[in-house]
Amino acid sequence: MDPRQERQVSRPEAGGRRASPGSVRRDFQPWNDPTAKPLVEFRNVTKRFGAVVAVDRLSLAIHQREFFALLGPSGCGKTTLMRMLAGFEQPDEGEILLDGVDITAVPPHKRPVNMMFQSYALFPHLSVGDNIAYGLKREGLPKAEIAARVEAMLGRVRLKGMEKRRPDQLSGGQRQRVALARALVKQPKLLLLDEPLGALDKKLREETQYELMDLQADLGLTFMVVTHDQDEAMTMADRMAVMDHGRLLQIAPPDLIYEAPASRFVAEFVGDINLIEGRVTAVAGDLVTLESKSAGVIELDEDAPSCRPGDAITVGLRPEKIALSHDEPGQANNKVAGEIWDIGYLGDMTMVQVMVGGDQGKLFKVSLTNRTRRIERPFAWEDKVWLSWDVEAGMVLAS
Amino acid sequence: MSTPVPRSSGTGRGLLVAAIPYLWLVAFFLAPFVIVLRIALSDAATDQPPYAPHFPGISQLGEFLGALDLENFRLLGDDPLYWQSYLSSLRIAALTTLIALAIGYPLAYAMALAPKRWQGILLVLVILPFWTSFLIRVYAWIGILRPDGLLDMALMGIGLTAEPLRLLNTDTAVLIGMVYSYLPFMVLPLFSTLQKLDGTLLEAASDLGATPLTTFLTVTLPLSIPGILAGSALVFIPAIGEFVIPDLLGGSDTLMVGKVLWNEFFSNRDWPLASAVAIVLLVVLVLPLMLLQRARGQGEGSVR
Amino acid sequence: MRRFGAFHLAALVAGFAFLYLPIVALIAYSFNASRLVTLWGGFSTHWYGALMRNQPLLDAAWLTIRVALVSATLATVLGTLAALALARYRVFVGRTLFSGMVMAPLVMPEVITGLSLLLLFVAGDVERGYWTVIIAHATFSLGFACIVVQARLAGFDRSLEEAARDLGATPMETFATVTLPLIWPAVAAAWMLAFTLSLDDLVIASFTTGPGATTLPMRLYSAIRLGVTPEINAACTIMIAAVAVAVIGASLLMKRDALAGR
Repeated sequence: MDPRQERQVSRPEAGGRRASPGSVRRDFQPWNDPTAKPLVEFRNVTKRFGAVVAVDRLSLAIHQREFFALLGPSGCGKTTLMRMLAGFEQPDEGEILLDGVDITAVPPHKRPVNMMFQSYALFPHLSVGDNIAYGLKREGLPKAEIAARVEAMLGRVRLKGMEKRRPDQLSGGQRQRVALARALVKQPKLLLLDEPLGALDKKLREETQYELMDLQADLGLTFMVVTHDQDEAMTMADRMAVMDHGRLLQIAPPDLIYEAPASRFVAEFVGDINLIEGRVTAVAGDLVTLESKSAGVIELDEDAPSCRPGDAITVGLRPEKIALSHDEPGQANNKVAGEIWDIGYLGDMTMVQVMVGGDQGKLFKVSLTNRTRRIERPFAWEDKVWLSWDVEAGMVLAS
Repeated sequence: MSTPVPRSSGTGRGLLVAAIPYLWLVAFFLAPFVIVLRIALSDAATDQPPYAPHFPGISQLGEFLGALDLENFRLLGDDPLYWQSYLSSLRIAALTTLIALAIGYPLAYAMALAPKRWQGILLVLVILPFWTSFLIRVYAWIGILRPDGLLDMALMGIGLTAEPLRLLNTDTAVLIGMVYSYLPFMVLPLFSTLQKLDGTLLEAASDLGATPLTTFLTVTLPLSIPGILAGSALVFIPAIGEFVIPDLLGGSDTLMVGKVLWNEFFSNRDWPLASAVAIVLLVVLVLPLMLLQRARGQGEGSVR
Repeated sequence: MRRFGAFHLAALVAGFAFLYLPIVALIAYSFNASRLVTLWGGFSTHWYGALMRNQPLLDAAWLTIRVALVSATLATVLGTLAALALARYRVFVGRTLFSGMVMAPLVMPEVITGLSLLLLFVAGDVERGYWTVIIAHATFSLGFACIVVQARLAGFDRSLEEAARDLGATPMETFATVTLPLIWPAVAAAWMLAFTLSLDDLVIASFTTGPGATTLPMRLYSAIRLGVTPEINAACTIMIAAVAVAVIGASLLMKRDALAGR
């Protein structure tokens, strides 16, 4: 078989920004509608813990029925942001609006916002049924209504017949669903989910992701998920925000975050990327040419490029956008020779590390999709190979 | 994957919750100490209450303060009875601590090694004597140590000794009673340290060629130091001020601060001197207390 | 793995023999028919009968129990509040002084606690008796109660309380429906500890009591000073039995609790 079959010569959509970006629900893009009233608004919110600034002059709008994900490394302030929304922390500056009303001073038990805790925080001394009924009892609803709503919710999360059990008699997945049911039964305007799938194993996590999406769509609720897991955020969210050091670096639908990251940090944090540093030698219309130490002359197609000849820039290149071949490609705009240093076989794909520019050069990551069941590997360690990519593949990154 | 959640610390509500116990302690703990200090600076008198001067009111505050002096403390330094009783208390407390460690360490070690299902019962067995009255436990030893008591009967019965040992009313009896009473305080922290000891560390040591003895000396023992410190402080500190044991098991020549204080107060009715004895005793306790605090800190550190 | 061998068994046997033989001997001699403690005169419950007719001793026992009930309850309430304040609020005015005052009675020689409280009562011209002993006992067992509850609070998942608030519970409701039920075993244990400390105390009670309020340990103490008699052994045996029943009962209760919770 010809290894070159593996090459990703052409991509039908040729770069994320060319495709119509947006949520999976094509017609759902309230954030692009200037007349839409956001459900949640953060206005210049700052929160400090002693000398540490957890959230730094942050503004954000989340819309009705949106599935919003907040992604960031641990300690970036995402949990604090969520806890301010739930009312457990008070902002030092700025205000938080819900449905246009300033809720900054409203205590947690009076907010129409509910939270699913990372630890689930199920009351260990109460049964599943009593856990779910807890919030309704606080509202002083009639017994019959509480019973009916708990019953309905138990069915909704597939826990019928489990209401007498104690939380420690449940599996991890069941506990997660009790925590979800307990928050959902209150019919909150906004549901906060703190690392909702973090405690589940991989298989269950994937299943539950889709369940959560269905639930959110069916109930017409607004969800805000905080997570450090990018797959989780990208799978579920209509829009996601990448956060670091208390600031929002980019708010956009997942495909835009991946294909058009606003900064080097976002590009590196979400997905794998090869970074090439160089100096611009020419700009002709959309075509930018640069001279790099690690990969020689590179050409890339940039909408309305903001760089000018002489600028030092960083170009990002996703591993799956690079093609790998033993022979020198004829047509490609960008190509560079190297030697294979490492091959990581992952089943569905193979990650190849290619050293370009000799022993002291730069390692490029290239990912190959394993589309056939062929066992013999087309590439081996120390193979001399060529990397090539389209002009649309590279992106200029702000540092 | 859970990271610690940063939380704001409430201040206003904290004061409200704390206020009740706080005020209680200020009234019944802090205020008494101020009074002890004030009486320690007064002179003994035959008045009722037996000290002078009495507080005359704000108008004569100056005069009142002028009448306070350090005479009682001077007496504590001059009269060998007092400083010798402090030294003797320290000596007996130190010996008690060492003996309790020598008995408690093997016991705690064996408990930590015992099968898991025994450990709960063994722990209860160590704590149980603590729940029975202190007085009863001391009394039990009177029956054993008195002339012709159980110990004498047993030893003479098997022919080990020919005549009664006359242990009761000696410093030895005090030591036995102290070790007996405070042993659980030594065993509990030792047990909890040894039980938490990671078994793989010992396997690693023997994997790297250490004999059981060197494993013990180079791994187990150093790692149990927080437990040793905590246990020692928990025995040493209360032992210094002990009154009941030296009073019931000790002889007339057994000198301990607790007994001296009691006698000054109840027998001699010299309240100012008793107060001075109390204050110096507190000063003596400060150093071991600081050690205990440090041992606690280390104990917490090693758990993490 | 470390092995449990003959040496360890010997250490266990020797250690527990040291702890228990004196108590066993004490109990055995309470059934001695002879007045002489050293001489075994045959089995008899004579001394238990004598005990039941010893009215001053019975009065003292009843007083001691009442003091312990009230002071343990006071100490538990105060200690629990103190533990909550210390565990929940990392900074407040005078926190260091507060935690120092809570913990000090744990290491304070009883003679000093007793002396200082007596001097306070004298200075305040308070009539000494039942209530002064209760205040003294509550003050010195407060710290023990606080430590027990604090240990439980240290392992307490704060997000449980936040979840309650999030679901619409006021701070008071949160305490009543979530916090208290979850720390309840520790509160009960704290009460038992405070109760036992009060029952057991001789020194502090001797300082702070007044005429007409003589506690059981004080009666026993003066009896012991006069000499060893099987009647004291009998009294001690009854106290040991009561404590043993209480401790075993409490541990059974807790086991049942744990089983129900599983």
